[in-house]
Amino acid sequence: MDWEVVIGLEVHAQLNTATKIFCGCPTTFGAEPNSHTCPVCLAMPGALPVLNGAAVDKAIALSLAIGAELNRHSVFARKNYFYPDLPKGYQISQYELPVVGKGQLTVQMADGSEKIIGVTRAHLEEDAGKSLHEAFVGQTGIDLNRAGTPLLEIVSEPDMRSSAEAVAYLKKLHALVRYLEICDGNMQEGSFRCDANVSLRRPGAPFGTRAEIKNLNSFRFLEKAIEYEILRQKDILESGGSIVQETRLYDANRDETRSMRSKEEANDYRYFPDPDLLPLVLDEARIEKVRQSLPELPDAKRERFMQAYQLSAYDAAVLTAGRDLADYYESVADGVEGKLVANWVMGDLLGALNKAGIEIQDCPVSAEKLRLLVQRIEDKTISGKIAKEIFEEIFHQGGEIDAIIDSRGLRQITDASAIAAMVDEIIAANPQQVAGFRAGKDKLLGFFVGQVMKASQGKANPDQVNTLLLERLQKPE
Amino acid sequence: MDLHDFSLRQLREGLQKRDFSAQELTQTLLKRIHTLNPELNAFVTVTEAAALESAARADDRLAKGESGTLLGLPMAHKDIFCTADLPTTCGSKMLKNFVAPYSATVVERLAAEGMVMLGKLNMDEFAMGSSNETSYFGPVRNPWNTEMVPGGSSGGSAAAVAAGLVPVATGTDTGGSIRQPAALCGITGIKPTYGRVSRYGMIAFASSLDQAGPMARSAEDCALLLNAMAAHDPRDSTSHPAAASDFLRGLDRPLQGLRVGVPEEFFGEGLDPEVAAAVQVGIDQLAKQGASIQSIRLPNNPHAVSTYYVLAPAEASSNLSRFDGVRYTHRSSAVENLDDLYQQSRYEGFGAEVRRRILVGTYVLSAGYYDAYYLKAQQVRSLIREDFRRAFAEVDVIVGPTTPGPAFALGAKNADPVSMYLADIYTIAVNLAGIPALSLPCGFTQSGLPIGMQLMGDYFADDLLLNVAHRYQQETDWHLARPNLKAGEA
Repeated sequence: MDWEVVIGLEVHAQLNTATKIFCGCPTTFGAEPNSHTCPVCLAMPGALPVLNGAAVDKAIALSLAIGAELNRHSVFARKNYFYPDLPKGYQISQYELPVVGKGQLTVQMADGSEKIIGVTRAHLEEDAGKSLHEAFVGQTGIDLNRAGTPLLEIVSEPDMRSSAEAVAYLKKLHALVRYLEICDGNMQEGSFRCDANVSLRRPGAPFGTRAEIKNLNSFRFLEKAIEYEILRQKDILESGGSIVQETRLYDANRDETRSMRSKEEANDYRYFPDPDLLPLVLDEARIEKVRQSLPELPDAKRERFMQAYQLSAYDAAVLTAGRDLADYYESVADGVEGKLVANWVMGDLLGALNKAGIEIQDCPVSAEKLRLLVQRIEDKTISGKIAKEIFEEIFHQGGEIDAIIDSRGLRQITDASAIAAMVDEIIAANPQQVAGFRAGKDKLLGFFVGQVMKASQGKANPDQVNTLLLERLQKPE
Repeated sequence: MDLHDFSLRQLREGLQKRDFSAQELTQTLLKRIHTLNPELNAFVTVTEAAALESAARADDRLAKGESGTLLGLPMAHKDIFCTADLPTTCGSKMLKNFVAPYSATVVERLAAEGMVMLGKLNMDEFAMGSSNETSYFGPVRNPWNTEMVPGGSSGGSAAAVAAGLVPVATGTDTGGSIRQPAALCGITGIKPTYGRVSRYGMIAFASSLDQAGPMARSAEDCALLLNAMAAHDPRDSTSHPAAASDFLRGLDRPLQGLRVGVPEEFFGEGLDPEVAAAVQVGIDQLAKQGASIQSIRLPNNPHAVSTYYVLAPAEASSNLSRFDGVRYTHRSSAVENLDDLYQQSRYEGFGAEVRRRILVGTYVLSAGYYDAYYLKAQQVRSLIREDFRRAFAEVDVIVGPTTPGPAFALGAKNADPVSMYLADIYTIAVNLAGIPALSLPCGFTQSGLPIGMQLMGDYFADDLLLNVAHRYQQETDWHLARPNLKAGEA
């Protein structure tokens, strides 16, 4: 009998507020250590937290976007534990009463199927600082610039049944927070990271004991960590062992997870309501204000793309997966054929970006240029094949499309007599193939098209070449 | 009468009329501090140079005709308030070398008024104690009898005011830490309504209970200082938007028709007969001035001490986690690893009473015990609040003793924490409810120790309490009595 994997994710999205969640220090990344600090985030004696309303509004935005319950009354709690980069000795978080309650996210799988993943809750909390071990021999440096940075922890139900579903969910959530502009989504800098709870069970059986894999900061690591964990747990269970509830770390270099601490060693966090902060009370006017400011969300955009640009569900899903890509697509598709643009964006453009390791927002080919290129295909100035060559060139070296076409003489040959001359020449030079074609070898048409295109250096209009070839070849002698 | 006995109003008049300058006044009190403090140990830091400088600035402003209510008047802060560029120890070895990079809101506000701070006052370590004996800097002695404790935790403040070292001082009150030492030292002190005075920069003991207030020799002086202390502070989320008020305005209202409630629970077993008798005389005095007296019940008051000793340590155990040996605190030198750093630094840096409360607090918040202790205590806290709500539907002010007995001998209760905790049996419920309460002198024991009477009011009735106390002090002279100190020449 097979094993079924059960996965739940806890995602930490760093909210992109200008200042920290409980003080006025800036949240910008990469500053001189401890330069973005004040008595509050240094946990000086007597310093007190004051909630940053912008962080709350971003939590409201997420809640509205996933149709989640929004708790009109939520409470900040202290999570107590000692660590040098946790200056207060407790983290201000939300525990029993989080700001966001139950919601859900629909994810599209590669095979076109859809799956609904439940969101249990999302709560506001502060990030800790960083411990720096590398630069100091026998000592640890503490940088508290990050201490107090606002986080939204989004906890899913254990609804995912494969690493692919987990990755799809994480990608969807990643796209969503970027659509909402509540998080910059930078996984390398840790502004979007997740913990995965993974367990195995026989289908239909109760949930098995889970292991929690901490701090996965890329989609690939999430996938690989889950795959590793499935194999590890399967080995243990099939050899008669039992899974230990524990926290594990994924080591990307060795592609394995290893134990960090067991349940017995786990901290008792002694949560209790933070007496320094009043309960967070949300009124309808505030919620409505956030609702008004929401952008078009991915699902709505996907529907609209299918309608407005006549795209398949799959194409629309790919193009709306990220807000930047969707915006790029819409700029290109302005006034030209949507499907053709979709093929270009999803094919040549994304391929080139992937290969070069560049994000869409840094794409060297502007939407205006790509639109012009597609227009030159549409108005038959160039062939699709030539367009691909021009694209490669402007992607890597830049340049103006019309100037390249003119200076290289890449303009498509549409003069019927010129094409006819080339066709006649090829027919005359290949009597054997002509005989073969006339004897029923239809496939030889491709050979003739290729020869003519070659003779025209790819510039002859392929439709006209086809028509003329058929006309000449089928004409009895 | 000597300068050190003057009220704030008298001092202000003297400054305005140029009878003496702020610098002369400051020098007089500094001299008295130098003479008396070695025995009393009320000050842990005397900021002589800074005090003289700020007095000189005050004199300049006075010379220009400025007439700020508190301009040039001397005071001192309990060493729980952070003061920029000066030591702030909170009575602890843990913060022996801590110099705050910023000032508490209360410190800023009083400095902005032009008050002259003479130094920082001794206190029980992290405000945990009722006798000022838990201070790392040694016990404070009661000016009325130096073999006796001054009460705590604001013992330094109470002793300094009673001994005439300063006319007024700040204190903080988590379970009685203003009122109990005020009673034991024969002065007047008010714990305002929770949210009235900013907690920003005041080192937290139990955040939901802590409240700063003035300590002085009269209700009027308390009102003057509270006027400057009370204000909404956006840096403190628990600060009330309507915190500011003019506490002088209603000070003279007659007591005719005032409804006074006397809770039966405050006059039961454990109350010293001399205290009971003196408070009864005080109540009779209020009746004589036109108040109607009735008996009331606060049925849950007997649970206040045990409730408090769950909730306050719980909050303290978390509040004191920041004193971890990593940054500005004491750090043990005998450290091999991170666990040592925490354990040794905290073991060495905290005294026994603080460690005891951290242990209790950690225990009551632990998994499996939270519901039975912390949650239950919160439920009882609601019942205590409800007691007061019901009472204030019938009466305007509740009156009773501040403490079960007068000042006790140094060392007398050290062996038995619970007997020490019971020193706050009448003051604690007020903090749990968040209402204001005031202690004022109402008599002396035969052995010459002061006795305090407590007035409790409804939320934001701080002005009424000051009014009642002020009218009482117009008709009585308990607050004018002064301890007989050797340094009378100062």
